[in-house]
Amino acid sequence: MTLETFLAAFTVFTLAVFIGFEVISKVPPTLHTPLMSGSNAISGITIVGALVACSEVHAGKITVWLGFFALILATINVVGGFLVTDRMLKMFVKKPRGAGAAGRTEKGE
Amino acid sequence: MTLTPRATATLVTVAYLISASCFIIGLKRLSSPRTAVKGNLIGAVGMLLAVLATLVQTGVGSLGLILAGLAIGSVIGALLALKIEMTAMPQMVALLNGFGGAASALVASAELFKILPHGTNASAFVTVPIILGALIGWVTFTGSLIAFAKLQEIMTTAPITYPGQNIFNMILSAVTLVLAVLIVRDPTRVSYFWILSALSAVLGVLAVIPIGGADMPVVIALLNSYSGLAACATGFAINNNALIISGSLVGASGVILTAIMCKAMNRSLANVLFSAFGSAPEEGTAAAAGATGTVKGYDAEDVAIVFDAAQTVIIVPGYGMAVAQAQHAVRELADLLKERGTTVMYAIHPVAGRMPGHMNVLLAEANVPYEELLDLDQVNPHFPEADVALVVGANDITNPAARTEKSSPIYGMPILDVDKARTIVVLKRSMRPGFAGVDNPLYTLPQTMMFFGDAKASLMKLIQELKELGS
Repeated sequence: MTLETFLAAFTVFTLAVFIGFEVISKVPPTLHTPLMSGSNAISGITIVGALVACSEVHAGKITVWLGFFALILATINVVGGFLVTDRMLKMFVKKPRGAGAAGRTEKGE
Repeated sequence: MTLTPRATATLVTVAYLISASCFIIGLKRLSSPRTAVKGNLIGAVGMLLAVLATLVQTGVGSLGLILAGLAIGSVIGALLALKIEMTAMPQMVALLNGFGGAASALVASAELFKILPHGTNASAFVTVPIILGALIGWVTFTGSLIAFAKLQEIMTTAPITYPGQNIFNMILSAVTLVLAVLIVRDPTRVSYFWILSALSAVLGVLAVIPIGGADMPVVIALLNSYSGLAACATGFAINNNALIISGSLVGASGVILTAIMCKAMNRSLANVLFSAFGSAPEEGTAAAAGATGTVKGYDAEDVAIVFDAAQTVIIVPGYGMAVAQAQHAVRELADLLKERGTTVMYAIHPVAGRMPGHMNVLLAEANVPYEELLDLDQVNPHFPEADVALVVGANDITNPAARTEKSSPIYGMPILDVDKARTIVVLKRSMRPGFAGVDNPLYTLPQTMMFFGDAKASLMKLIQELKELGS
């Protein structure tokens, strides 16, 4: 990496941080737990790096094996994170059962 | 179909851009429970796209190994996600955080071994991110494992402290920093890199052990942010925009949640991290101070009569509700009260439970409509007009001493004004003080009715009594 590519990457980083703050500050407290598990799954994007390392056969065994273990952990992170978030979020939209549910439909929020 | 390397690279770059956009759109849709399910799905599609694009780029060189890794990870991940109890969600998030951190650290390490042939000529723009990725990644990994162990109660939830703790940690950090500089100057010193990785892992453990159970919401949020930053640093190391963008999004999310949690406790992040809040000495002084007043215990029948006459009831859940798995019983009681014409609200303190939004998830599991869950600021004006405030396993977040008692360790923390309700019913296992080790003057107020026992069993008894009164 040269100074130019670093600066390009740093530009992307800075803008992404601003977008992150902007988007996430709008998440209501009621969804903070799914936000954590969901964003957690997104941080599993390191799976991409793991895949690359895993296939760098010419770079030597150590790189490949480090990549392999990273791949397992990142996949747990991604699959577990998205699935558990889905499970939680579905509970929030379940229809309230029984009486007293009327009049609480889609108004406001 | 075969593509030129240049065409493949372009394709992959575009695919990463689409994935990053998917993540941003997905997070944006988390702003409402109604759009959130699809948002999460969009995020997952983005991830799938990133993985597929990478596979196109890497080719089939080690396809067997890759498929094995994906299969093992998917099975473990799916099992964890589908089996986990909602009450155990904080542990789950801690564990996943840790895995993410470790994965980033491993990728950063793999990159170091890849650049080793370039020897000392490796640019600092590569080595510094590699070191940061490993450092933050391992701190996240071991820190999350300790948080997991505390939440799962494999180890004590009380802060673990020893003399000179902060100084010792500072020395270790300084040694790590020196090692980092040496590695940047000569990346071929692989043994230094391993020592640095090991020290980072130790630092992660040492950073989390002095933090007590009820401060876990802050720790989890912070570790969440670290796992993002680790991915981000690794992204710089391997010059990958997908990692940089996603990592920064997660980093920002964790920072925002950390700030919200600290504000809700009226404490600085430094205070949460370094003060070993709720450790033994404070417990001693607090026990002595709170010896006045008498606690009156009541049984289900007495409590049912109060509920029978109530027009407005505010339910205040805390960590005790999660421990007793009482969220379904709470909703059952609320349904019964509503059938009888009573108004029911839920008061949710930001740090109730062990992670941000913990109570909301449990009540959602029990089918409580999220519109009935009110924040601190929304609900506090309603307490003076409430006939009953029902405290289900919450303690410090209801402690009026936080308003008045300057000597109290929780002084200044915003609390739910349950003491302003006409009658306060407290479901509690015993008179053990809360996490902060502070006695709660709420329990000795004349209008407070203590109803001892397991929260779920107590609620079931109460429901039974109330039904008998109704018939």
